[in-house]
Amino acid sequence: MDGIAIKVDSVSKTFKLPLEKQSSVKSAFVNVFQPNKGYEVQKALSGISFEVKKGEFFGVVGRNGSGKSTLLKLMAGIYTPSAGSVVVDGKLTPFIELGVGFNPELTGRENVYLNGALLGFNRKEMQAMYKDIVDFAELERFMDQKLKNYSSGMQVRLAFSIAIQAKSDILLFDEVLAVGDAAFQRKCYSVFKNLKQSGVTVILVTHDMSNVEKFCDRVLVMEGGKVLGVASSADAIGEYSRLNLSGPSSVSGANRWGSGEIAVESVHAPKKKTLEEVYHYGSSMEIDIILKRHMDHKNTPIIVGLGFVDENGTTIAGPNTIQKPNLWKASKLKYILPNVRFAPGEYTLTVSVYDPELTSPYDFLDRYYKFSVVSDKQVHGLVGLDGEWINGRK
Amino acid sequence: MIGIPGHVFSKKNRALLAELVRTDFKLRYQGSILGYAWSLLRPLMIFIILYVVFVKFLKIGTGVPHFPVYLLLGIVIWNFFNEMTVQSLGSIVGRGDLIRKIRIPRWIIVLSSSISALINLFLNLIVVAFFLYINHVDLLKTAFYFPLLLLEVYVFALGLSLYLSAAFVKFRDIGYIWEVVLQAGFYLTPILYPLARITNLTFQKLIMLNPMAQAIQDARYSTITHQSPTIYQVFNGGWYRFTPFFIVIVVFLGGLAYFRKESKYFAENI
Repeated sequence: MDGIAIKVDSVSKTFKLPLEKQSSVKSAFVNVFQPNKGYEVQKALSGISFEVKKGEFFGVVGRNGSGKSTLLKLMAGIYTPSAGSVVVDGKLTPFIELGVGFNPELTGRENVYLNGALLGFNRKEMQAMYKDIVDFAELERFMDQKLKNYSSGMQVRLAFSIAIQAKSDILLFDEVLAVGDAAFQRKCYSVFKNLKQSGVTVILVTHDMSNVEKFCDRVLVMEGGKVLGVASSADAIGEYSRLNLSGPSSVSGANRWGSGEIAVESVHAPKKKTLEEVYHYGSSMEIDIILKRHMDHKNTPIIVGLGFVDENGTTIAGPNTIQKPNLWKASKLKYILPNVRFAPGEYTLTVSVYDPELTSPYDFLDRYYKFSVVSDKQVHGLVGLDGEWINGRK
Repeated sequence: MIGIPGHVFSKKNRALLAELVRTDFKLRYQGSILGYAWSLLRPLMIFIILYVVFVKFLKIGTGVPHFPVYLLLGIVIWNFFNEMTVQSLGSIVGRGDLIRKIRIPRWIIVLSSSISALINLFLNLIVVAFFLYINHVDLLKTAFYFPLLLLEVYVFALGLSLYLSAAFVKFRDIGYIWEVVLQAGFYLTPILYPLARITNLTFQKLIMLNPMAQAIQDARYSTITHQSPTIYQVFNGGWYRFTPFFIVIVVFLGGLAYFRKESKYFAENI
């Protein structure tokens, strides 16, 4: 165990989910005679193995239902693994939720001691920490008031203060950063930085890739109850955004209309049948558009337009051929985007074919094709810009 | 490595136990004007009701010296047993929020509710002592055994509590079943009536096999009056007289084993 804080060795966890909640003696008797009925076995985790080193800031990411929280509860000793073993070296304090055991009828002070005891600190240890906790939460004046008279923000502050003052070797956090206002979050960030420097082992389960980027040394990526891998934070962010795609690009079929004399036959990446599923931020994108013209419309001028639509339905950009009369009679077109600057996420592509007066569409494929953009960096906003930062003194 | 961290009674676990008991005590009479005084007033009032009905109206206790105190002692011991098992029964499910979110030894939760009941018992015994005094009861020399009898009741109740609290996680109708069992137990135990009122000797013997009946009769015998028939007298000193102690040990060990087995899965079953 030298240098290893937590060793998870081929751990599996299955839950027996009663199809109809069996919590009466009668149904237990019924089940004696029909032992195989009434349960659905759900495999939450299978064959998980990894190690967390001492002093490491270890992230766990994965989509909803990938088994992150189950894994955390196993590490915390709340669940017992169905197979395999979890070995923890050092004092471990889990924060699945902040302020566990807080009682509204007790005063702030009493709640601090109660919460501390639940986290495994005796009264003496709590007395040593008490002042720091109250100072950090900025609640000196309220400590002798009942918790029910606190605002929810004050309660969260108090709970988080206890959590971060906890002198422990290993801390487990489950999405707890999602609480508090911006100022409090900044405070939390500085605490995390301090934790990182002080050599405490921290395990953070999160959805927020900016936290991963800022703090994590290594990241465990989970999918479907399995470990996809342990990677550096940059690789993990890329992996995570790939996971968030909702499957291969496909034609949805329902949202297409138009008179049909000139129709879109195919929209695809060069030498492919479809678009690429994934485009990397900053890479180039080429879209080939093949049209099928009816006999009578071989030379009918048309305008072809594209629409890049993000997850919220906002059209980020809409390039078209209005300014390119030489393409109005073409049947094969190509759109080249040398530098994809869409923020990472899922996109749909709208393709339209109109007459030059834009009166009515020959073919309109509304949000018809899917693709996504991934990046190993955070991109703020909807698109990246070509702008540049320079030293202002020059 | 996983499971109960540290020793069973490590400093940490003792601190947690103390904190849970303290919280429970603070919250028990939250919002009531008389507060802790209710711990004394409640048994007193119940006693007055039973005294009026059974001693004054029905004249059940004639022939038993100091029958009012005799009655009170029985009620107090039974109430302790009743309160402790009922509170413990729901304790694990009631603390489900803790069990699902942090790692604490589960038995501490049952133990803390048992200690809350124990504190109440001692407050009630103050009331008993007061009546012993005003009834001019001379404490018998055998009163020395009284704490041991309380220990017996406590161990019995703890064994049942461990079993009930763990079973309640899976089967919620245990709560209703236990309510009925307690009601039956209350009348099958010679609390309100002297054992001598039951003339059928076989029934007397059967009744005295119940650890609660044995403990209550022995407690009365040891402190108030030797005119209270004990299991020793009922069985004329035969080996059967050890049955209640045997039951207590079996219930305790069985409860402990069942609780240990089930406690691993409390977090997912609640």
